[in-house]
Amino acid sequence: MDRPTGPPLLELRGITKQFPGVLANDRVDLKVMPGEIHALLGENGAGKSTLVKQIYGVLHPDAGEIRWNGQPVTIADPHAARALGIGMVFQHFSLFEAMSVLENVALGVDGVHDLGALARRVREVSEQYGLPLDPSRDVYSLSVGERQRIEIVRALLQDPKLLIMDEPTSVLTPQEVERLFETLRRLAAEGRSILYISHKLDEIRVLCHGATILRGGRQVAACDPRQETARSMAALMVGTQIKPPTKAAGATVGAPRLTVDGLSLPSPRAHGINLHDIRLEVCAGEVLGIAGVAGNGQAELLAALSGEMLAERPEAVRLEGRPVGRLDAAARRNAGLCFVPEERNGHGAVPDMSLAENAFLSGYRRRRLLAGGLIRTDRVAAFAREIVERFDVRTPGIANLARSLSGGNLQKFIVGREVLQEPLVLVVAQPTWGVDAGAAALIHQALLDLAARGAAVLVVSQDLDELLAITDRLAVINAGRLSRALRTAEATIEQIGLLMGGLHDTPEHQPLETALA
Amino acid sequence: MSTTILVASLLTIIGAATPLLLAALGELVAERSGVLNLGVEGMMLAGAVTGFAATMLTGSGTVGVIAAAVAGMAMALLFGVLTLSLLSNQVATGLALTIFGVGLSALVGSGFVGSPVAPLPKLALPGLSQLPIVGPVLFGQDFLVYLSWAMTAAVAWFLTRTRPGMILRAVGESHEAAHAIGYPVIRIRYLAVLFGGLMAGLAGAFLSLSYTPMWVEDMSAGRGWIALALVVFAAWRPWRALIGAYLFGGVTIIQLHAQTSGIINVPAQVMSMLPYLATIAVLVAISAGPWRGRLNAPACLGVPFRPAT
Repeated sequence: MDRPTGPPLLELRGITKQFPGVLANDRVDLKVMPGEIHALLGENGAGKSTLVKQIYGVLHPDAGEIRWNGQPVTIADPHAARALGIGMVFQHFSLFEAMSVLENVALGVDGVHDLGALARRVREVSEQYGLPLDPSRDVYSLSVGERQRIEIVRALLQDPKLLIMDEPTSVLTPQEVERLFETLRRLAAEGRSILYISHKLDEIRVLCHGATILRGGRQVAACDPRQETARSMAALMVGTQIKPPTKAAGATVGAPRLTVDGLSLPSPRAHGINLHDIRLEVCAGEVLGIAGVAGNGQAELLAALSGEMLAERPEAVRLEGRPVGRLDAAARRNAGLCFVPEERNGHGAVPDMSLAENAFLSGYRRRRLLAGGLIRTDRVAAFAREIVERFDVRTPGIANLARSLSGGNLQKFIVGREVLQEPLVLVVAQPTWGVDAGAAALIHQALLDLAARGAAVLVVSQDLDELLAITDRLAVINAGRLSRALRTAEATIEQIGLLMGGLHDTPEHQPLETALA
Repeated sequence: MSTTILVASLLTIIGAATPLLLAALGELVAERSGVLNLGVEGMMLAGAVTGFAATMLTGSGTVGVIAAAVAGMAMALLFGVLTLSLLSNQVATGLALTIFGVGLSALVGSGFVGSPVAPLPKLALPGLSQLPIVGPVLFGQDFLVYLSWAMTAAVAWFLTRTRPGMILRAVGESHEAAHAIGYPVIRIRYLAVLFGGLMAGLAGAFLSLSYTPMWVEDMSAGRGWIALALVVFAAWRPWRALIGAYLFGGVTIIQLHAQTSGIINVPAQVMSMLPYLATIAVLVAISAGPWRGRLNAPACLGVPFRPAT
């Protein structure tokens, strides 16, 4: 489809938004034509979400002008945005877990009084666009993909002229992404415009007709993504060339370090995922990746590996052959199994304690930071400073609170803290979630270097590109079951996508009779 | 003879249950919107003393009840300004509100201690109130008792069947999401908190104008706390709050009757612990049972909300 002509549906002129200490948007211009799928591209923290929240009326610009069909408008709140014909699908879904699909839709559609009629319309729209939804189910029982459908259906019910989608594919399998793209193309063919926010360049190149690139709150370029390469857009987005992570040549894979053998555990959480007969092995010098859509048992598997959840048998988890399944997290860390959890503030670090204290809490045994039960503050400070220097953590000092660090900086600190304990096994969850590209590259390199020094590294991530870049082997978790590990170099995206969607091949360990049944 | 005792017992149970039910319904709505107001006891006392004073000065029970409601709402407004606008800690502010209410009501009421007042009139329904047992129990009550029953139905209907009720639940479930969709979270919470104050004020008026028509310092005697426990006991559902209020009210009354008749010899203090023990038992049962983790507590209960603009 060619770029449409005529007046733009939406035009932003010089939008500026200041938060305390941050200029989130600095004189941003943007144009979206009718029927256009327009990409808003940028790193985490570039100001994309802030910008679209102003279009949707959640935030208000400090300066600048919003024009709708050529007319200047003020968008006071989301109701006003919806009245103009703007719909939005949020990145962190604006859903209410304890309420039904129908109630959730009703809350996002203005002027609904008859829930029965609304339920019929939900079914109609969801069939029309191939987005199956059962209005009577409660949201907490739904998968992430289904939740996103609620948001899309909710937006479509208002017959929007412009649909804003904030990072919609970050939670979907490759097949679900393909289906979403079909829906979006259909919407564009109907003459609706889509403002598509992402940092995934390949997606944007196949989907979008135009792109606006933000960096540090400023618009740095407007381009046609179909004419650009992923590399050229990445350079615009990041500002510098990012070095891809490199593996040390000639690294050898050694003996098994971490072995999980028939681990089955019920989830301690309501609506959690039970683990079924998990088997995996990570060897010295190797990086094993675990892919999967969020909420398929990753949280439970990580808790079982870190020691926050104990296995039923000690032999179910083995560290260099030694059964550790009944050891708690501190004992496992002492034995050489270190852990970087997904949640940084509150799980990986205590937000209201200083970096030095946070360094101590995790490393006091392996780094010998105690003497006769007393804290050796000099050694703690040295350890914390070493982390800050080696991992390029941007902070005024180690006395600063963990909560004062940005997401990327805190993640570098936490990864550094664990890596510098030189563990036998490092288990990492979502190493670069919400982290800018520079920090992500540093973290990836640190994990590869750790493996090259002979440690076994296990990475659980939803970011397939990340896993393909740094792992040697790759397994997929789905509904609490782990697939056979594939060699990353030989795996295809399609193969992995099918595994993520739940189509398992015959696992190696499955008994013959059940495999034949 | 036994019929008279039965009727008398039932009447006293209603008397004991009504203030619990009124206050619990108000707190239930506030908590469903995500605000935990531990100042129920203080708001009740403010209502009790104001209602009593207004009735004494004007001679009108109606004016007294309205004044009590206004006093409860004034206390709730103070709580709302502190916690919703100034973002103070809800637990600490609620506790302070109770302490404040105890002291303020004692000060205001010091001139009224021991004065008698005409109790609220019983609104006997002609014909129906003559029925044996059922008549005096169900159809011979004062206005506030009928109101407590009607409000149970009204609150249940509001929360589950109306759009504003759905929005209120949504705000208590996730204020971030509600804000993102465009609902005025703070304004909705103010209204819910004010409703809580109004109901607590009415509960206080019932105490000082109907249950024991006089003013005694600290006369709510912990009923505000039982009402708070009742909300949890009821798992934030209005009809269960009604059942709970009558259970809790009944326990205290049965204990009085049992002790005077000498059937059970249990210290009164043990009996007055029962509502709290029952609440803990219910919490344990719900948390351990198949409903594990789904206590139905509003997800944003007690969490302050500060929107970016």
